[in-house]
Amino acid sequence: MLVVTAIAVVRMRSLFAMVMLSGVFSLLSALLFVTLDAVDVAFTEAAVGAGISTVLMLGTLALTSRFERPSKHSPLIPLFVVFVAGAALIYGTLDMPNFGAADAPAQTHVAPDYLARSPHEIGVPNVVTGILASYRGYDTLGETAVVFTAGIGVLLLISGLRGRRRRDDEDEATERGPGANVQNAASDAALNTGPKTGGQA
Amino acid sequence: MRHHLILRVVTKFLVGTIMLYAFYVQFHGDFSPGGGFQAGVIMAVAFILYGVVFSLEQVQRVFPPWIVHKLAALGVLVYGVTGLYSLLTGFNYLDYTALSPHHPEHGQHYGILLVELGVGITVTGVMVAIYYAFAARNPIISDEEW
Amino acid sequence: MFDEFTGPFIIGHMNYWLFIILMMTGLYIVVAKGNLVKKIVGLNIFQTSVFMLYISMGKVTGGTAPIFPHDLDIDPDVIYSNPLPHVLILTAIVVGIATTSLGLALIVRINEEYGSIEEERILEIEQAITVAENTAHGDVMGGRG
Repeated sequence: MLVVTAIAVVRMRSLFAMVMLSGVFSLLSALLFVTLDAVDVAFTEAAVGAGISTVLMLGTLALTSRFERPSKHSPLIPLFVVFVAGAALIYGTLDMPNFGAADAPAQTHVAPDYLARSPHEIGVPNVVTGILASYRGYDTLGETAVVFTAGIGVLLLISGLRGRRRRDDEDEATERGPGANVQNAASDAALNTGPKTGGQA
Repeated sequence: MRHHLILRVVTKFLVGTIMLYAFYVQFHGDFSPGGGFQAGVIMAVAFILYGVVFSLEQVQRVFPPWIVHKLAALGVLVYGVTGLYSLLTGFNYLDYTALSPHHPEHGQHYGILLVELGVGITVTGVMVAIYYAFAARNPIISDEEW
Repeated sequence: MFDEFTGPFIIGHMNYWLFIILMMTGLYIVVAKGNLVKKIVGLNIFQTSVFMLYISMGKVTGGTAPIFPHDLDIDPDVIYSNPLPHVLILTAIVVGIATTSLGLALIVRINEEYGSIEEERILEIEQAITVAENTAHGDVMGGRG
């Protein structure tokens, strides 16, 4: 199911349908997380992937264009790169433990320690929350800071500074030569014709 | 979306429920799946839903952008100050035993609640702020073209 | 080397291979498609398949979700899956959406400057601007232009 959805995303020309399919992909992966016992992760993936990221991508589409232009390049070189990388990765998995093996290296070091100690050290039934906020508290502090920084980045890029930007644009327009203005006009014309014709088709 | 009557009525029902659910996920996160990250996202979804169905102006009247920006910073501050408090009372940074030295388990519990609250506030703030930033621009494609 | 390809080995490794196929689909979108929004979706697919790889490593056969009973009265016979990957991926998802939105914001700004979100078109415009600037500066310097 996941593979089919992913391949549909590759083939899709309409960006709107593609964004919807990526929401479907997120929901399916949330289902997979539930079957793999990761209920917290499934919860997050369903809320984030199918909710917020779809809204943000649709917002971007509303600000840009709705259709993808077919690429002129041949897909052979990317396919070759992808197959070589995939083959290398599959070769790497041959040494991995079997799926669900209880004696896998990942299962034998810190994980049993957390499971054994958290009932009497933390006293919180949900081990994931205990590890997240207490044992790996620094980690989570860093992640929160990253989210905060990304938020600042978005605000700096596309809002708030509009007043100053307009003034910069005016300065730039007076400084730039006639050649640059012609370029801008050309790109504006391309923008005006591009999405419109797509919309009528 | 002024003409979608059903959407607007259903949204009015849902927004409160979603917020209530976000609080449940936030404060019940140590007993059941959930926690600050999920609660923050769900809370943000409530505001985003309101903004999408009604309008940006309406949601910004409830939750003005300057509050959103302050909240995003406040969450990180709550997290960091929790750590500093334990540092000042003679424990390691983010060692929640400091919050209740005679009963370390309770200290851990309070600590986790505080820290998750900080995470939740930041995530809500950042997500809503990002939505405001995207929605405040003038779309090139009009509603009818969709 | 090929004598180890028995039934249990293949079934035990099938999950990794499926995630690698998904990963490579995402990589293909990023490399081959010119549309910037599509590249972001490809990155998301890649990211999600890495998450699945991590979570599947934490799964223990017969295990259950790592949440104890409320009274912390733990039955020693119950197996719990590894909670550590869950913690890592949980935070990674939220950080992932924050960085995705940063990428989308960059795309919006690129679209404002260039009027396009197609990689080839942006390169063309960039090239034309460089040529125009060279011409202008060439005139000033008295060069060939």
